[in-house]
Amino acid sequence: MHALSIRQLRKTYGNGVEALKGIDLDVPEGEFLALLGPNGAGKTTTIGIITSLVNKTAGSVRVFDYDLDRDLAAAKACLGVVPQEVNFNQFESVESVVINSAGFYGITRDVARVRAEKYLRQLQLWEKRKAIARSLSGGMKRRLMIARALMHEPRLLILDEPTAGVDVEVRRSMRDFLREINEQGVTIILTTHYLEEAEELCRHVAIIDKGKIIENDRMGSVLGKLHLETYVLDLQVPIAAIPRLDGIRATLIDEKTLEVEVVRGRSLNDIFGQLSAAGIVVASLRNKVNRLEELFMRLVSEDAVAGGGA
Amino acid sequence: MTDLSSASARRESNWIGFRTIVTREFSRIIRIWGQTLLPSAVTATLYFVIFGNLIGSRIGQMGGYHYMQYIAPGLIMMSVITNSYGNVVSSFFGARFGKYIEELLVSPLPNWLIVIGYMAGGLVRGLSVGAIVTLVAMMFTDLTLHSPVIIVAAVLLTSMVFGLGGFINAVFAKNFDHISWFPTFILTPLTYFGGVFYSIDLLPNWARVISHANPILYMVSAFRYGFLGVSDVDIRLAFGLMMAFMAVLFAIAVGLMHKGIGIRE
Repeated sequence: MHALSIRQLRKTYGNGVEALKGIDLDVPEGEFLALLGPNGAGKTTTIGIITSLVNKTAGSVRVFDYDLDRDLAAAKACLGVVPQEVNFNQFESVESVVINSAGFYGITRDVARVRAEKYLRQLQLWEKRKAIARSLSGGMKRRLMIARALMHEPRLLILDEPTAGVDVEVRRSMRDFLREINEQGVTIILTTHYLEEAEELCRHVAIIDKGKIIENDRMGSVLGKLHLETYVLDLQVPIAAIPRLDGIRATLIDEKTLEVEVVRGRSLNDIFGQLSAAGIVVASLRNKVNRLEELFMRLVSEDAVAGGGA
Repeated sequence: MTDLSSASARRESNWIGFRTIVTREFSRIIRIWGQTLLPSAVTATLYFVIFGNLIGSRIGQMGGYHYMQYIAPGLIMMSVITNSYGNVVSSFFGARFGKYIEELLVSPLPNWLIVIGYMAGGLVRGLSVGAIVTLVAMMFTDLTLHSPVIIVAAVLLTSMVFGLGGFINAVFAKNFDHISWFPTFILTPLTYFGGVFYSIDLLPNWARVISHANPILYMVSAFRYGFLGVSDVDIRLAFGLMMAFMAVLFAIAVGLMHKGIGIRE
């Protein structure tokens, strides 16, 4: 069964902006999908339509086979959403925010109290349960929204940039938590600007740009489409010019930094051998960018060229 | 996950959701009691002291009753109207402004139940403040009871009508000015000219005719009839109008929710 099935979804806003131009997307149950795209690509509009915060112009959305047009309540009961912006009553206590949210899904207060303890503890917010939500730090507010979204134990969890503006340590613990609930069977759709996060967590990736899905495949297959990889080499001894290197495109960034672009799969020993023969001593080496980021940039810029965009 | 595939499961879920909205509204009323419960008690006391005691003693009788007795039901109803309206308009606009209305919009609660939930919140505050002002009134005058059923029916209907009015105002409001504009420039004048402080029999004929176009006159008169047994209007017409207002405003409020005006893009 598909956790989410979208067909020919279109959205044109009142000002004439066509945010979605007929997208199709299937997310199998249990999947961990990264929905990526540049700002204004249509990610948030898509999520808004799935969660009923945005009215669609055309197309259909099914959540666990419940059609949003016909079985809205049943579809909504399957969904949990963590939005981009804080959207809880900041004057309520942390505990009230999650317990009230459960009530809106028909969960009794007794059950809600038990779940509140479970999820607030898991997200390291239990000690703050009596605190007014406004007093929480940015990272805590994000975690509170995740706890709130889990209170009715949804089968599909959608997170719209949940780690934006969150420090590294909290981001790491949130990743671990998301991986854990996905392993428990919750289907997850994640949008993020941290592409290394998507690469690390997600098994499937869909890239949306200018209202169209331009890539939709397994993470491994998508990354396999990368033909070139770029490495940055920090040199021990400065060099004045780039030596002749066979089959390697090199750029001298500064006298102690060399950037080399190699065909994926080529042995690094060969590269080091040529550099060594040219008298270049490499002190350290790193990837120029994250692999998914590299692919993402390539796809989005290809799409811009194809569409005549800037 | 809550399984909402059966009608009975949906009913059960809706009932819990409704109770949650009302509980949240009640908590809000209690949390900010200095803004929600206290002001009407202070204002009513001032009205009773100044209009009832000091000026009222020189006015004599109105509608066959002491002036203080005559204005007491009107002052109670005035507080019910302003508080029912004020609670819903500020709470729902606050939820829109703070974006936490999205908590309800993404939940399985149907639109009509969200409207009823907020209206019930207005009812809770309207009745709470009405009870407080009634206690204040009892310190100044004897309240007779002509028909408790009419009192209860009138106060419930009026509170619901203005709760729905506040909801619609909150849907269209774009900033905090917009939620105070209607109460200040429309609701307050209508209330003051709605027979709270006088019988429309005192007015010249043309003003009496115009007064009959004021819906608040029917609400105040019906409520007063429940206490004193006197009314400026036909009680059946008053209840008919209140029910019609409630039905129309409820349909508008639910229609706005369905279309997503002010809340969905």
